[in-house]
Amino acid sequence: MSILVITEHREGTLTRLSLETLAAALSMEKPVTAVVLGHSVGALASQLAGYALERVIALEHSLLLQYTPDGYCRALLETVQAREPWLVLFPHSYQSRDYAPKLATALGRVLASDVTGHRMEDGALVLVRQLFQGKLNADVRFAGEAPHFASIQAGAYRADTLPAGTAPIETVTPEIHAADIRTNPEAPFREAQRAVDLTAADVIVSVGRGIKEAENLPVVQALAEALGAELAASRPICDNGWLPMERQVGSSGQTVAPKLYVAVGISGAIQHLVGMKGSKVIVAINKDPDAPIFEVADYGIVGDLFEVAPALVEELRKER
Amino acid sequence: MNIVVCVKQTPARDSLLRVDAAGKWVSEDDLNFEINEPDAYALESGLQLKEQHGGEVTVLCAGPARAAQTIREALAKGADRAIHIAADHLGALDPLGLAKLMAAALRDEKPDLVLTGLQSDDLGYGQTGVILAELLGLPHATIIMQVEVEGGTLQVKRELEDGWFQHVAMPLPALLTIQSGISKLRYATLMGIKRAKTKPVRTVSAAELGDAATPVLEVARVYAPPRGKRTQLFDGDARESAARLVEKLRFEARVL
Ligand SMILES: Cc1cc2nc3c(=O)[nH]c(=O)nc-3n(C[C@H](O)[C@H](O)[C@H](O)COP(=O)(O)OP(=O)(O)OC[C@H]3O[C@@H](n4cnc5c(N)ncnc54)[C@H](O)[C@@H]3O)c2cc1C
Repeated sequence: MSILVITEHREGTLTRLSLETLAAALSMEKPVTAVVLGHSVGALASQLAGYALERVIALEHSLLLQYTPDGYCRALLETVQAREPWLVLFPHSYQSRDYAPKLATALGRVLASDVTGHRMEDGALVLVRQLFQGKLNADVRFAGEAPHFASIQAGAYRADTLPAGTAPIETVTPEIHAADIRTNPEAPFREAQRAVDLTAADVIVSVGRGIKEAENLPVVQALAEALGAELAASRPICDNGWLPMERQVGSSGQTVAPKLYVAVGISGAIQHLVGMKGSKVIVAINKDPDAPIFEVADYGIVGDLFEVAPALVEELRKER
Repeated sequence: MNIVVCVKQTPARDSLLRVDAAGKWVSEDDLNFEINEPDAYALESGLQLKEQHGGEVTVLCAGPARAAQTIREALAKGADRAIHIAADHLGALDPLGLAKLMAAALRDEKPDLVLTGLQSDDLGYGQTGVILAELLGLPHATIIMQVEVEGGTLQVKRELEDGWFQHVAMPLPALLTIQSGISKLRYATLMGIKRAKTKPVRTVSAAELGDAATPVLEVARVYAPPRGKRTQLFDGDARESAARLVEKLRFEARVL
């Protein structure tokens, strides 16, 4: 009845979400084994061995130096079959999205993806995940036999209180052949340098698809001006080219934590929330009282942004 | 090139959602449905590749009778033909069960490239494409921003976290899951709409495809998320709300 946690690392460091996934596993009160994959991952395995785990497994192979779905699935299929865990937990990252469903399928299982919480009910694991980009929640359960597979959403568990311990490290060389790997990845790269550093702004006004047309942008620009704020946006606004990419906030844009973040016509999908929920004070303006953005907001105005934003500008211009 | 694009019909984006009586899904009675947003970009990518390299675009869609509308729209935009997996009970399937039906429907198709959206806006598992790739024995890549084909090789740009990207090459046949917003979507022309009426749609029932797969992941309950934070909400007159908010920001939060 053990839990395997598949950790991830970037530039020689375990990702924070990997540690949050370990926290999720440890809160289930079962023995936890952490797995780290790569080439020369000894230092990462040692770091993991400092937590209260049953075991650390280092899967070492030159063909794991670069992530490929085929290489990772080969190595992990072998590991899961050998260890027979009850549950395999992944960080819900771009990487696990790419291969974890494939691994689960190879074993006739389905990954419960992007999980935000859990509880035990009559001895069975109930996992919580979001539907409709966070507008509703669902409780899901595994119907078949173990091993079960699930991935954990960023920010759902806290990694800052991981208990210390001394876990033994097992280094394993999985059987992978170059011919198994069908995709050929190049080194990751970043596009042009950012001219705007949103992380330095004290106040941010961020605009979403509620603005409807590029021609309406002056409505939020006026609000930003009245607040002395930088203008930012949700992804669809930047995808449309209405504002430059460098003003995008979220998992594929910038992560900001200003004193004040005003979200205007933004629904509050998790990919947006991870980029701004560390803000000190969050204000949301949305016509839908059930919009998920209100779940992270300190203050909210339920209303039409085309009425509310100009009214705010007027109010801010009044003498104190 | 023989391209299959998998599309799903989902509730329109601004829908007011209400949990149904059984508490297992949303009440669909007064909902409007449209093509799942990332799938619209998968279709656009498929149509562009066909324009560059020739061949055929086949739309594969599983869903109840109403999904025929989404299929017709895809044909009007330029897809050549469609396969409709008629299934009223998609909710009773898990992503593996659904992908098995899709794989069975594609058994005789021999596609060079299969495209899907990266996730659905309703269930949001983000898995159907990857599972289908495994069932079909195809190499795959996810969250794709750009697709190029040269000879028998696919060259794609994958999105990674925090503004990072990566180029990946792989042989055809292959499967890609496409990110939203990567190109401008085309509109159906009047001519396209007219021609769509005569394009072939093969309808197969889930039963014909052998749908006995028992789900291994079940949705036990659907509900409104509990409010974590104590949000102070103002509604009603916009001016009044604005005045109260500004006062709060000045004197309570002290951020102005
Ligand atoms: C891998 C991946 C990465 C992603 N990365 C990011 C990212 O970095 N950043 C990001 O933002 N998104 C990202 N997304 C997209 C994200 O999932 C959402 O689709 C997106 O954030 C939605 O943007 P939105 O809130 O502006 O639009 P919508 O979800 O369409 O919301 C519009 C909102 O405006 C409201 N509205 C409409 N009209 C009015 C009005 N007149 N007055 C007031 N309110 C109104 C509506 O009620 C609705 O809540 C990513 C998605 C994926 C899959």
